[in-house]
Amino acid sequence: MNIVVCVKQVPDTTAEKRLDANLRLDRASVDNIINPFDEYAIEEGLRLQEAHGGEVALLCMGTESAQETLRKGLAMGADRGVLVTDPALAGSDAWATSYVLAQALKRMSYDVILCGMQTTDSGTAQVPGGVAEFLGLPQLTWANKVEISDGKATIQRQSDAGYDVVEAPLPVVISVIKGINEPRYPSLKGIMQARRKELQIWSLDDLGISQDMVGVLGAKTKVLGYSRPAPRAKGQLIQEDSQTAATRIADFLVQARVL
Amino acid sequence: MYRLADAQRMLQAVVRELAQEKIAPRAAEIDDKGEYPWDMKELLARQDLLALPFPEKYGGTGSDLFTFCLVVEEIAKVCASSSLIVLVQALGSFPILIAGTETQKQRYFPKLASGDWLAAFALTEPGAGSDAAAMKTRAVLEGDHYVLNGSKCFITNAGIAQVYSVFAMTDPHKGVKGISAFIVDADSPGFRLGKIEHKMGIRGSQTGELVFDNCIVPVGNLLGNEGDGFKIAMMTLDKSRPGVGAQAVGIAQGALDYAARYAKERVQFGAPIANLQAIQFMLADMAMQVEAARCLVYEAAARVDAGEKGITMSSAMAKCFAGDVAMRVTTDALQVLGGYGYMKEYPLERMMRDAKITQIYEGTNQIQRLVIARALLASY
Repeated sequence: MNIVVCVKQVPDTTAEKRLDANLRLDRASVDNIINPFDEYAIEEGLRLQEAHGGEVALLCMGTESAQETLRKGLAMGADRGVLVTDPALAGSDAWATSYVLAQALKRMSYDVILCGMQTTDSGTAQVPGGVAEFLGLPQLTWANKVEISDGKATIQRQSDAGYDVVEAPLPVVISVIKGINEPRYPSLKGIMQARRKELQIWSLDDLGISQDMVGVLGAKTKVLGYSRPAPRAKGQLIQEDSQTAATRIADFLVQARVL
Repeated sequence: MYRLADAQRMLQAVVRELAQEKIAPRAAEIDDKGEYPWDMKELLARQDLLALPFPEKYGGTGSDLFTFCLVVEEIAKVCASSSLIVLVQALGSFPILIAGTETQKQRYFPKLASGDWLAAFALTEPGAGSDAAAMKTRAVLEGDHYVLNGSKCFITNAGIAQVYSVFAMTDPHKGVKGISAFIVDADSPGFRLGKIEHKMGIRGSQTGELVFDNCIVPVGNLLGNEGDGFKIAMMTLDKSRPGVGAQAVGIAQGALDYAARYAKERVQFGAPIANLQAIQFMLADMAMQVEAARCLVYEAAARVDAGEKGITMSSAMAKCFAGDVAMRVTTDALQVLGGYGYMKEYPLERMMRDAKITQIYEGTNQIQRLVIARALLASY
């Protein structure tokens, strides 16, 4: 069973992010990491491979520096990586990203395409669905459990109330939530092997994609402005003896309609 | 100036994450209970971090000393006891790496590299600390085996390790030239664990006495030739001291990190104490010392890796300077926290206790100065 995991390089979640003059994220000013949600997708891919065999490939769209992100995934144990990079991709929105990933996936072999449920930078969670649409595949999103058997995938789809059990025939696009598993740390041998694994770099030309489909030219969304989120209101500190404190907390929860 | 290779940078980042997420939460408990942290040993083995010193053909990663130091430093930032697991796997194995035959390497390295076996280095005796020539443990050749009698003390991993590099006198008349080195298996007849020490710091590392009571060691377990022991021990320490320096740098950096964050949060006189110059100057002094120690450690490790001559002096400098820095910086970092620093609820008092050993083991810092001065004066 062949698995492709889509990954993205994002700014370090702890770093302060800045927008440039075009209201795009200034990626040069911060350290980059692998999108934390994607680590769960890679781990899930590796576990599916351990159970069903086949290959785990990583697919990433990003700048040259995203090679480091791919190397980290290869160090975790993925077999090979593909980076789609092209100056014309700068400014691509979720639609264009989904389109490019889908075009790249058409050149790869897959039974299961795994994605993190969203990225920590733009956070739209639209790309897994977009990829599935462009490829005409079923999409199973927000999985907190994945099982593959008899040519179909069954997931537990997390919701506020609990989870739904959803299934779809392979090939399928699955997005996984944080906490579906505990991503492994790359071992030292994994890190050493990662340097020797295949990492292909594809341009838009390689994929036969015209430049006006992607980047700023192809964007179907436009950022009009931005504002900082309101600072979080100060918490309420309850300092009483435990009996009184418990009552006050219970009252508070009733007021908030949690209880 | 040092620059990390891509793989080293990734390893450093991964070990940092591992240390912060998996080791740091255990550090206080490991110290408090004073028990060997088998879970940490398993974790480090799984990540191949016990495989660092061993060549790839024996299942190791064939990593250089520089890379080894990076790993030790990251772990020591959060838990000195856990960093010692990595350090001693190398220390106990260096004699085999330096003087071992192909047969000996094949027998011991694969299981040491995987972490199935742990190693220990046994040189010190009650009456022979800095003065190795005063060693009393005897080894007498009887047919196809040696018979060892005597004891070793303050041995890290005593009772934990399966493989011990043991130094014993084969010819007491020759002083240090009568010392030989042996590989002793934990299950050798006549070999047993003596007293286990109760220590000030590195409390998660087991330190104890080894007793040799007509202990049988096959001739095939002699390292090098009879009389090579002291040379093997000194070559081992030349290679291992940068690692102790890296441990000291890690402890110091961990303390500085904690103190700096605390200073930005702790409010006195209506503002964070980090705004006070008295605190700023302390932090600046600490940062300078840690950075200088790190540079000495990396330089010493790089020289060992390059196979340069005269590594004895740079290794001694790195270990000595970094150890002294760790002691001073942890003391000052604790001071930044004031009364809180003195409390067990905060990690500074542990770091200060852990720092102390880096001035003592693998040759006291007084011995390091002697080594440095000898090498220095010989060059004039």
